[in-house]
Amino acid sequence: MNIIVCIKQVPDTAEIRINPETNTLMREGVPSIINPFDLHALEAGIKIKEQLGGKVLVLTMGPPQAETALREAISIGADEAVLLSDRAFAGSDTWATSYILAQAVRKLGADIIFCGKQAIDGDTAQVGPETAEFLGIPHISYVIKIEEIKDNYIRVQRLMDEGYDIVESGLPVLLTVVKELNQPRMPSLKGKMAAKKAEIKKMGQAEIEADENNIGLKGSPTQVKNIFAPQVKTERKMLAGAPEEQVDALIAELRGIKCL
Amino acid sequence: MDYFLTEEQQMIRDLAKEIADEKVMPVRAELDEKEEFPWDIMKTLAQSDFMGIYIPEEYGGMGKGGFEFSLAVEELSRACLGVSTSYAANALGTYPILLYGSEAQKKKYLPEIASGQRLVAFGLTEANAGSDAAGVQTTAKLEGNEYVLNGTKQWITNGGEAEIYTIIAMTDKNKGARGASAFIVEKGTPGFTFGKKENKLGIRASSTRELVFENCRIPKENLISKEGMGFIVAMKTLDKSRTGVGAQGVGVAQGAFDAAANYARERHQFGQPVISFQAVQHMLADMATQIEAARALVYSVAKYVDSGMKDVSKESAMAKLFATDVAMKVTIDAVQVMGGAGYMREYPVEKMMRDAKILQIYEGTNQIQRNVIGQALIKETARKKD
Ligand SMILES: Cc1cc2nc3c(=O)[nH]c(=O)nc-3n(C[C@H](O)[C@H](O)[C@H](O)COP(=O)(O)OP(=O)(O)OC[C@H]3O[C@@H](n4cnc5c(N)ncnc54)[C@H](O)[C@@H]3O)c2cc1C
Ligand SMILES: Cc1cc2nc3c(=O)[nH]c(=O)nc-3n(C[C@H](O)[C@H](O)[C@H](O)COP(=O)(O)OP(=O)(O)OC[C@H]3O[C@@H](n4cnc5c(N)ncnc54)[C@H](O)[C@@H]3O)c2cc1C
Repeated sequence: MNIIVCIKQVPDTAEIRINPETNTLMREGVPSIINPFDLHALEAGIKIKEQLGGKVLVLTMGPPQAETALREAISIGADEAVLLSDRAFAGSDTWATSYILAQAVRKLGADIIFCGKQAIDGDTAQVGPETAEFLGIPHISYVIKIEEIKDNYIRVQRLMDEGYDIVESGLPVLLTVVKELNQPRMPSLKGKMAAKKAEIKKMGQAEIEADENNIGLKGSPTQVKNIFAPQVKTERKMLAGAPEEQVDALIAELRGIKCL
Repeated sequence: MDYFLTEEQQMIRDLAKEIADEKVMPVRAELDEKEEFPWDIMKTLAQSDFMGIYIPEEYGGMGKGGFEFSLAVEELSRACLGVSTSYAANALGTYPILLYGSEAQKKKYLPEIASGQRLVAFGLTEANAGSDAAGVQTTAKLEGNEYVLNGTKQWITNGGEAEIYTIIAMTDKNKGARGASAFIVEKGTPGFTFGKKENKLGIRASSTRELVFENCRIPKENLISKEGMGFIVAMKTLDKSRTGVGAQGVGVAQGAFDAAANYARERHQFGQPVISFQAVQHMLADMATQIEAARALVYSVAKYVDSGMKDVSKESAMAKLFATDVAMKVTIDAVQVMGGAGYMREYPVEKMMRDAKILQIYEGTNQIQRNVIGQALIKETARKKD
C-alpha cells in the first residue's frame, strides 16, 4: 500500500494574530507544529502500513523551514518525506495549494492519500477535497473510523452531525480525518535517529510540472479583503452578597431570560 | 547543571520527558487512587523503543547502557514512581538473561522484551527470604528433561502483568547459597499461578504480587547459566539495576522540588510569597543541592558500571543509598514547604512522599546497602595493608 499523508506546518497557537496592515498571519516568534489533525492522518497511515505493508510518505508544501515538520513525521513513523518548496508557490490559496499537492501526488503515486480535516490556522477544510478533485479521484471527508481496507477497497465511517455514514470506495482515494479516528503515537527513539539522517526530497514547480498560471499569488482566485478575530461579545454580570442572596439573584436572572 | 550528554542521550532524555509530561502527569493521581497498572503508558514506552534501551541492537534493542536507561528512569520518576517502577522492574527481570543467558535464551527472549511485546519480572524475595536472600525455600528439582518448581515468591513487581519471570530457586538445599539457580518461567505454564495483589502505601500504579509454583514443570533449557549460579546471577543483576533505583530517587526528588518551588513562589503569606522567607529558601537550597549531588553520583556510577568494571557492588550500592535517602528527605521537605497544601491529594507531593519510601526498601534495604559498602571497605583496607 502506497500511502501519502499531507501535513501542514502551522503556528502553535489557537490565538489568531493578524497583521492589520497586510491582513496576513503573523508567524514570527510563534513555534511551529504539525497541524494537530494531520497527526491523526499520519497515525492512520502508519496503522495501515503496519497492517498491510507498504510505505508512508509525508508531503508538505511550505517554506524550507517546513522540513522540521517532515522530520518530526519521520520520527513518529513515516518512511519518506517530500518538501514542495519553490518561490513560485508563495501566496498560494487553497485552490493553488491543492493543485500543487495534486501535481506532486501524480508524480509520487499513491493508493491512499490522507489529509487532516482542516488546518488550525487557515481553517478552511478545503485542501483535502480540492486535491482529490484535481486528481480526479473520490474523497471521503471527516473519517471517524476505518472499518475495512484491502486491495482496491475501503469502507469507512464518516462523521455526520447526527451519527455517521458508512461509505465504501475503490482505491485510490483521499480521506480527510477527524481527531476521534485514533490516538496519535509519540515519536520513537529509532524514529528520531532515522529522522536526523533522513534525506528530505525537495520538489519545485519544474519537478511537479505545475502550470505557472495555477500556482502562487497569480494562480490564486481568493482575494483576501480583510481578516479579523471576531470579537466575543458576551454580557457578564457579577453577583455579590452572601451565598443565599447570590443564589436568589441567579434564579431571578435565569427566570428573567426564561432559562428556568 | 549541564552533564554534557551526547546528542543521543539528550534525545532519550527529552523523549522520556515528553512521555512523562504528556502521558504520565495527567493520569498519575488516578492511577494512584485506583491502584491501576499503567498499561497505556507501558505500551507508549514500548512503541517509542524505551523497553530495549540497554539491550544490544542484535536483539532488537537500542544498544545503549545503564546510563541511558537511568536517564529515562529519572524522567519518568519525576512524574510518577509507580510508572517508573513498572518500567524499571522490567529491566531488573531482564538482566539475568542479558548477563548470564545462553545465546538461545537471548535470541528467544530479548527481542520480544526489547519491543515491549512481553513484560518481565524478577522473583527472588520470599516470606522467609528478604534481606537474607539465602533463605530462599522455593525448590527446583530436575526430573528428566524438566525442572519442577515448588514454592511461593512474594512482593514481586510486575507480578501477574509480566509474561516472562526470572526466578531464583534452590536446586540443592544442602549447599546453601551455592545451591541456588536462576530460571526463566513463562506465564501460562501449568502449576504457575498468582497470589494476592498487595495494597500499598505508595507506587500504587505498580503491581506487587505473589508468584505461586505448584509442581510447575519447565524445560531444562530454562535454567540460566549453571546450577548453583543463582545467587551470583541475582547479585550481579542487582549491581546493574541499583543505579536505576538511584535514578528513581533523583527523579522523584526533582519532581517534588519543582512542585514545592513553584508553590512557594505563588503562595503568599504576611504579604509576600513564602519563597521570600529565608527559612523556606534554605530548605529549597538544601533540597536542590542534595538532588544535584545525588544526580552527579548516579550518573558517574552508571557510567562506571557501563564501562564494564568487574566489581561495582560498592559503587552501585552508594548510588542507590545516597540518591534514595535524598529522595525521602526531599519529598518530606517538599510537603513541608507547601504546608497543608502539600498534605492534600490535590497536589502531587504527598504521593511522591508515599512513593519515595519504597526506594529505601526494595532491591536491598538501605541498611543492606551500607552492609555491602562496609564489606567492600573491609576488603579494600585489608588489601591496602599488605
Ligand atoms: C483567508 C486566508 C488568507 C491566506 N493568505 C495567504 C497568503 O497571503 N499567503 C500564503 O502563503 N498563504 C495564505 N493562506 C494560507 C493558504 O491558503 C493555506 O495555507 C492553504 O491553502 C491551506 O488551507 P487551509 O490552511 O485552510 O488548510 P485546510 O484545507 O483546512 O487543510 C486541510 C488539510 O489539507 C492538508 N494541507 C493543507 N495545507 C497543506 C500544505 N501546505 N501542505 C500539505 N498539506 C496541506 C492537510 O492535511 C490539512 O489538514 C491564506 C489562507 C486563508 C484562509
Ligand atoms: C513494593 C515492593 C516491590 C518489591 N519488588 C520485588 C521484586 O520485584 N522482586 C523481588 O525479588 N523482591 C521484591 N521486593 C522485595 C524487597 O526487595 C524486600 O522487601 C527487601 O529486600 C527487604 O526485605 P524484607 O522486606 O523481607 O525486609 P527484612 O529483611 O525483614 O528487613 C526488616 C528490617 O531489618 C533490616 N535488616 C535486615 N537484615 C539486616 C542486616 N543484616 N543488617 C542490618 N539491617 C538488617 C532491614 O534493613 C529492615 O529495616 C519488593 C518489595 C516491595 C515492598
